[in-house]
Amino acid sequence: MSGQKFDNKVIQWVDDRLPIFSILQHSAVEYPTPRNLNYWWNFGSLAGLVLVIMILSGLFLAMNYAANSALAFTSVEHIMRDVNYGWLLRYLHANGASMFFIVVYIHIFRGLYYGSYKAPREVLWWLGLVIYLLMMATAFMGYVLPWGQMSFWGATVITNLFSAFPVVGDYIVTLLWGGFSVDNPTLNRFFALHFLLPFLIFAVVFLHVVALHTVKSNNPLGIDVKGPQDTIPFHPYYTIKDLFGIGVFMMVFLGFVFFAPNFFGEPDNYIPANPMVTPAHIVPEWYYLPFYAILRSVPDKLMGVLAMFGAIIVLFFLPWIDSSKVRSAKFRPLYKQVFWIFLANTFVLGYIGGQPPDDTTVMIGRIATAVYFGFFPLLWLLGKIEKPRPLPLSISAPVLKAKTAAQPMEKA
Amino acid sequence: MAETSTNAQSTPPQGETRRDFLLYATTVMGVAGTALAVWPFIHSMNPAADTLAMATTEVDLTPVAEGQSITVTWRGKPVFVRHRTAAEIEMARSVVVADLRDPAADETRVKKPEWLILVGVCTHLGCIPLGQKPADPRGDFGGWFCPCHGSHYDTSGRVRKGPAPLNLKVPDYTFLTDTSVRIG
Amino acid sequence: MRKFLLSTVAAAIVAVATPALAHEGPKLEKQDWSWIGVFGQYDKAQLKRGFQVYREVCSNCHSMRLMAYRNLSYIGLTEDEIKDAAGEKQVQDGPNDQGEMFMRPARPSDHFVSPFPNEQAARVANNGALPPDLSLMAKARVGGPDYIYGILTGYGDAPAGHTVPDGMYYNKTFPGGNIAMPPPVDDDRVSYTDGTKATKEQIAKDIVAFLNYTAEPELDVRHSMGLKVLGFLFVLTAMFYALKRRIWADLH
Repeated sequence: MSGQKFDNKVIQWVDDRLPIFSILQHSAVEYPTPRNLNYWWNFGSLAGLVLVIMILSGLFLAMNYAANSALAFTSVEHIMRDVNYGWLLRYLHANGASMFFIVVYIHIFRGLYYGSYKAPREVLWWLGLVIYLLMMATAFMGYVLPWGQMSFWGATVITNLFSAFPVVGDYIVTLLWGGFSVDNPTLNRFFALHFLLPFLIFAVVFLHVVALHTVKSNNPLGIDVKGPQDTIPFHPYYTIKDLFGIGVFMMVFLGFVFFAPNFFGEPDNYIPANPMVTPAHIVPEWYYLPFYAILRSVPDKLMGVLAMFGAIIVLFFLPWIDSSKVRSAKFRPLYKQVFWIFLANTFVLGYIGGQPPDDTTVMIGRIATAVYFGFFPLLWLLGKIEKPRPLPLSISAPVLKAKTAAQPMEKA
Repeated sequence: MAETSTNAQSTPPQGETRRDFLLYATTVMGVAGTALAVWPFIHSMNPAADTLAMATTEVDLTPVAEGQSITVTWRGKPVFVRHRTAAEIEMARSVVVADLRDPAADETRVKKPEWLILVGVCTHLGCIPLGQKPADPRGDFGGWFCPCHGSHYDTSGRVRKGPAPLNLKVPDYTFLTDTSVRIG
Repeated sequence: MRKFLLSTVAAAIVAVATPALAHEGPKLEKQDWSWIGVFGQYDKAQLKRGFQVYREVCSNCHSMRLMAYRNLSYIGLTEDEIKDAAGEKQVQDGPNDQGEMFMRPARPSDHFVSPFPNEQAARVANNGALPPDLSLMAKARVGGPDYIYGILTGYGDAPAGHTVPDGMYYNKTFPGGNIAMPPPVDDDRVSYTDGTKATKEQIAKDIVAFLNYTAEPELDVRHSMGLKVLGFLFVLTAMFYALKRRIWADLH
């Protein structure tokens, strides 16, 4: 996108040779953004910010961490006690992981509510799901690194899942472990991969933003931009709004870091890993709990694993499962109810995932799993039978009462 | 805290000086905040508390008889502690200081003349000179000899011959008692 | 909007309840610790008393490997007092020039010396039970300091129908009710150098405070820095908001 003219001679000289400034001007300054975005649209930039914070804090932690089962736990305590501001680096990284998932979950549910996964944003949605899967893998391996009781036993339980696959299951698990149980080889490779994956995430985030800029942002009304009267330049409107959002986010994030740094954690992980002693309750980190509940709801080992992965895979097909031509839940009264039930159900699943399994919790877990998967055929059905509210003429047209004639369906 | 800089599009007219102030004040605070946020990351690279704790070593001098040397570890490096004989002290003090490559009087390199404490790292390229053990070569000046490139040090640890540019370094040390010294 | 608020409240309730309910156990009495809360800080005199308790009582069975003697300067021990505390214990060093390992007194830069050379020796000396390392105990148990205080003050006669195996003791806070550790503290078990009355409860409070310090030595700095950082951020965010309103004013 060269051809932009800049007043500053130095900037012009660089831009003629590498159009970095033209690109920034086009995609971060002038970029036409719907004028009606609400604060639910802040969470994408927040996710990007958290990724940068995680990479930076992780890098400086890696300068002091020892990825060997004999040294790992002590090296983390060395960071906490002896390294200057080591406690800050560690708590930024641990709480940053939780914040990353909070922000990304809100970002995903925003997409579900406003139909941001529908045409022409299917690939944008997929790239987001790929980022989410990479985040899950990265966070899982990262939690193993301190080599506490939960690190060790969480790794044991989750890697053992792969033995569910017929014929090759045990070979896969041995390959993952590099031995006959979770041990030093496992820790070492998890560290290498944990260091690598965030840069893959960064690359997919880049593609995610390119895909976004290709189809442009959705908006709370879910209707297409009709012309320049519907948009405003990204800068200064959304740059300042994003900065404000960042300020609020940082206060919440740093509130945890400085005043409740172990809120999201497990006390058992402050006990060094002991292969001879299993903790009373093995619990994964909170952001896995809904999937853990789904896994435990299915009595068969292999089916449980398939259901757990299936719960995420099904999301890839959402643009086709949901046959409604209307994007935003604002104009879909039935879908809106179903959405809130789905959201509440994921909290139920999460709660169940954290409980020791007894008759009651298993029963609730099964119902909640059924609700989770039932959401998708229901969505398909709703697309066929739901009568949406009339859509406004355009984003910038004043919001008219429902009586005024407007196209009933907006072609996606 | 990552920060995207806000560029004002153009100089606003008179009536918008209030927005200007807010913009400049916010930018200054934002930049200051980012700079303050960067410091802990950089400082985490400075020596950690346990490294600093090893920054001093106490040495008990009672077992070191006259004419003997011991080597202790200090900050990861060898330190030569030599209980000099009268002859060695005399040899060190009879040198014309002005003729030395790195001029230094012996009196300035010791607190008690019989105790010579030096960092045992050759000032050429960092090898450890020989001369601590009775059987070691001492070089031509009765002190130490570096086998890597042939630097000779005298009984005050000063370089006399060879490629080394400077005398063996004297670390900071304090005598806690007549028989114990704290290095560093 | 209302649905959103309801969902957020539900989320917050689940978020707070889940970690708490994930671990059942006897109800813990919440104590009044000086370091709790946004303005919480350690009471260094208390930490010093707590160290005295560790040194005279607990260190006979419990290691504290993550603490170094030099860390004691934070709670007010002088350099000489630290050298004394360290010098009481012997540490293996070597090999010397003869190729032999030897013992030498611990130095301030050494970590706290353990009462037993390894886990097996610890078990032999304690009826098969392993007294856990205490460095992180305040963070390694649900309820943290309240739990430890509950253990130290939870000894008593077993309720009717509850059997206590030989060699164990009844403790109402310990999960299952039977603990291998004999009651470690009682009135006047230590004699405080600062004159504080050494009741069982006082001793328990002081050792718990010290244990919280060994688990979270950075707490004082973390809290004071947190106040400054959040204060700064609050002002900056308010300015961002004002700027946002101003920039968006011409659109509304």
